[in-house]
Amino acid sequence: MSPTISCSSVYKIFGNNAQTLLSESGGNVDAKKFQEAGCIVGVNNASFDVNQGEMLVVMGLSGSGKSTLLRCISRLTDATSGKILIDGEDICLMNNKQLIELRREKMGMVFQNFALLPHKTVLENIAFPLQVKGVTTENSIHKALEMVELVGLKGRENYFPRELSGGQQQRVGIARSLAVEPDIWFLDEPFSALDPLIRKEMQDEFLRLQSVLNKTIMFVTHDFDEALRLADRIAIMKDGIIEQLDKPDNIVLNPATDYVRKFTEDVPREKVLKIESIMDASDPHASGEIAVKKDDIIETVAEKILNSKEIIKVVDDKNSVVGSINPSKVIKVLFGG
Amino acid sequence: MDKNYLNIIRSSKLAQFGILLIVFLLLYNLVPHNEGNYFWRLPSILAFIPIKLNEIIYAALYEWFPLKVWDPIFEMYEEKAAFREFTKSISKGLLFLITFVRELLLGGDKIIDVFVSDAWLKDNDWMTWPALPWTAATVGAFLLGFQLGGIRLALLGGIGSLYVSIFGNWVPSIQTLSFVLITTPICFVLGLSFGIWGYLDRKVETALQPVLNVMQTMPQFAYLVPIIALFGLGDHAGSIATIVIATPPMIRNTILGLKRISPEVVEAGLMSGCTKTQLLFKVLIPTARRDILNGVNTVIMQCLAMVVIASFVGAKGLGLNLKIALNSLKIGKAAEAGFCIVLIAVILDRFTKAWANKQVDYFENLSFFQRYKLLIIFGTSILIFSIIAFIANGYFDKINYLYVIPIEKGFTFAHYIDAAVDWVWETFFYSLNSFNKFLLTEVLGPMKKAYLGMPVVATLTLTMGVAYIIGGIRTSLLVGGMMLFIAMSKYWDRALITMYMATFAVIMASLNGIIVGSIFAQTERGSKIILSVCDFFETFPSFVYLIPVIFLFNITDTSVLIAAIVYATVPATRYTVWGLNSVPLSLHEAGTMSGVSRIQRWTNIEIPLAFPTIMLGVNQTVVFTLQMVILGALIGTEDLGQLIFGALSRAQDGPGVAITLGLFVSLMAISVDVIVRKWAEERKKALGLA
Repeated sequence: MSPTISCSSVYKIFGNNAQTLLSESGGNVDAKKFQEAGCIVGVNNASFDVNQGEMLVVMGLSGSGKSTLLRCISRLTDATSGKILIDGEDICLMNNKQLIELRREKMGMVFQNFALLPHKTVLENIAFPLQVKGVTTENSIHKALEMVELVGLKGRENYFPRELSGGQQQRVGIARSLAVEPDIWFLDEPFSALDPLIRKEMQDEFLRLQSVLNKTIMFVTHDFDEALRLADRIAIMKDGIIEQLDKPDNIVLNPATDYVRKFTEDVPREKVLKIESIMDASDPHASGEIAVKKDDIIETVAEKILNSKEIIKVVDDKNSVVGSINPSKVIKVLFGG
Repeated sequence: MDKNYLNIIRSSKLAQFGILLIVFLLLYNLVPHNEGNYFWRLPSILAFIPIKLNEIIYAALYEWFPLKVWDPIFEMYEEKAAFREFTKSISKGLLFLITFVRELLLGGDKIIDVFVSDAWLKDNDWMTWPALPWTAATVGAFLLGFQLGGIRLALLGGIGSLYVSIFGNWVPSIQTLSFVLITTPICFVLGLSFGIWGYLDRKVETALQPVLNVMQTMPQFAYLVPIIALFGLGDHAGSIATIVIATPPMIRNTILGLKRISPEVVEAGLMSGCTKTQLLFKVLIPTARRDILNGVNTVIMQCLAMVVIASFVGAKGLGLNLKIALNSLKIGKAAEAGFCIVLIAVILDRFTKAWANKQVDYFENLSFFQRYKLLIIFGTSILIFSIIAFIANGYFDKINYLYVIPIEKGFTFAHYIDAAVDWVWETFFYSLNSFNKFLLTEVLGPMKKAYLGMPVVATLTLTMGVAYIIGGIRTSLLVGGMMLFIAMSKYWDRALITMYMATFAVIMASLNGIIVGSIFAQTERGSKIILSVCDFFETFPSFVYLIPVIFLFNITDTSVLIAAIVYATVPATRYTVWGLNSVPLSLHEAGTMSGVSRIQRWTNIEIPLAFPTIMLGVNQTVVFTLQMVILGALIGTEDLGQLIFGALSRAQDGPGVAITLGLFVSLMAISVDVIVRKWAEERKKALGLA
């Protein structure tokens, strides 16, 4: 099956003669030289795929080009060069009409500062994408009510955005982006403007939604912990370049560059690593009663393992034993050494 | 010179200003005052500009692009200029609309006349639209107020309307109102369209900026003569003058509002799949709604500020009454008309503000009757009061008071005001008079003489020097060019008089504003109070300020200057309060913990940080002052304003002269604006406030 989103050699360079400079450089872009020429490099040679139902988290500090990359893929800005395929169609070649069609049918986006329409109520905001599409008022409101329930805002349908807390406003933003039932879901730092406690709560809510909806997701964040918590795969960006794109545990275990290592240094291993990475696969005949799954994160099952007196077996999705785990290994991960 | 000194001069602006001042004084004293000396006065080589302008206007009106037009009276084709036909049809259209609204409220048969023949109308006496009884209108104003802002606005509308009616100002008020009701929507549509265009296209915005700058700083009077030439006299001419003046702020508000929309909201609209049209009408305009409606509010206020000026080109209504009363020095009558204008301004101001802030509730589940309750009550009351008034026709023999209370029959407090003015005159005559005399002979006279005795080379050196020190060579050349343009006309002396009056008023108003603003800005409550006082004073149309001063100081420069000072103190105060309020709280706390006293805090922390904002207020003060100084021509001054005013009565060469002189005033204001803005920007950057 072909990937839902496929980028190859995507460049975004801001400035007047970006196009000529880029073709002169032959794809080998040096940010410093471009800056001297009055151009700013947003995205530098990004190539990657996102598969159906996968969540790719793009992580980077401010100015790293992560939001620019997202905007190229949703074509809120035009990429300077490169191919961006959505379900096999190059979005860069689409005309305005096709683009509107695509956004109405396949895409939803959530914004950092919510971007709700201040003159519309919760319900009207959520129904808005449906209404611009031409869905009747009755049907769109009906659908919007469903969405209100999905994001847990029942009873606040007639509130205006200014009457809601930040967390509630972002729930509206999420509901709006989901109203047209898009296949692809873009989230641009959706929880960055929220307080830490609310952020945690919204991340849980988000994971719950994703487990129900199973969308193809591109999620942008500057928070490495958030990325680890949510991602199927993480792309770490710096100065427009994707430094590493891999599964969270692989990034923590094998950082590709010094820059990535700086992020991973302080990450508690038990929060990222799966049982699989410390199990003893050579002993598939452990006899214990208690079992853990190989995909479990160590932290979540550590207590269970440490409290038991016998050797614990590790099973896979089909419940067949694939190995065993020694408590001492868990202790090593938890306390180092 | 020692290299050290050079460095000091290069780095210290104060030293630069010092040198500039010395050069200026030297030039001032050394240049001989005689005609023919180009350092003293430049030759008026640009004197042809007004004449050429006139020629263009009249050529456009009578010669260019001739069209064959059918003349129904002579029953033949005639050659007429296309432009003339164009302006004529605009005049006709506007006049029709204004008359339509007017007759809808006051009754009459002019509109019916448009659709039927004169003869038929003469034979059918009954065929006339009935007037709206003032009683029904009062109920309407009450209900509208209620709908918009509850009982408080209802009472404001109802009592206001009642006052206007029983004091006999009903007819002129409706004339004024019909003028506002037609002019405002036109300004709205024009302003919104240009604003959107400017927002969508950067080039358009760049082109609009200087045009708007000139339009907003031109004295209102300057437009009148050209408008008479192009459109003739009448209500429509007043309306056009108002449109020219009130549209620029609408454009600015629209652009400002649209620009303030966060880019994320635009992106959210795009990602929702909006087409360009949907984005504009469903996302952009509604999101900028508040700024746009504030623009409408400004437009309405401008309309009312223009009513007196519009009366010079034939607009009827309260403005005309006020003008007549002022001309015959009837202070009481003038004050009554002025009060009515202020009242209407306040009502419309509050109503539109309430409308701007009102949100529509789509989810109320109401029956038809509940939803349109107020409209139904209004309709019924029109019906009932009309029937009563119609029946009463038989009871009153000449004037039916249930329709309209004419001005001679209404209540009046004019004689009380006249008496009060007389009393003030009798009691304070000597002190007022001696104050007036002192000001004229000891301050204003010498100041005027000093300005007039300034050689042109000294003036140019000073202005260009200041511009250079603050903004660099480009600013200096820009300002110098504008000044040179004025200096090479034959109106330089008049311009100097305008400058002297403006300088005096700006200094006084700024001082007032800074002091008052600083006192009130000490507490949060004080700030709120003084800002709402400013709001209130800003609803006063500018000429209202002239009424009291004329009667205290007679027709002298003093009157105009005091009116200008009072008028211009408002923006100075407002910006001072804004500036002081924007000083970060942490700095206050840091100051307090360093043990500063209140005065020290004011001089060392608040004023330096607020100063850039205060200077922007002073900038506004310049515009306000110039407007009032020119308006002062209404009561007689001898500066540019007088000439602009005089051009009104000279149809032949008037338009060119008025435009040129208006442009001069505008250039003066823009020169100051360029310098002050530049300075404030740099200063804010230096203080880390931008």
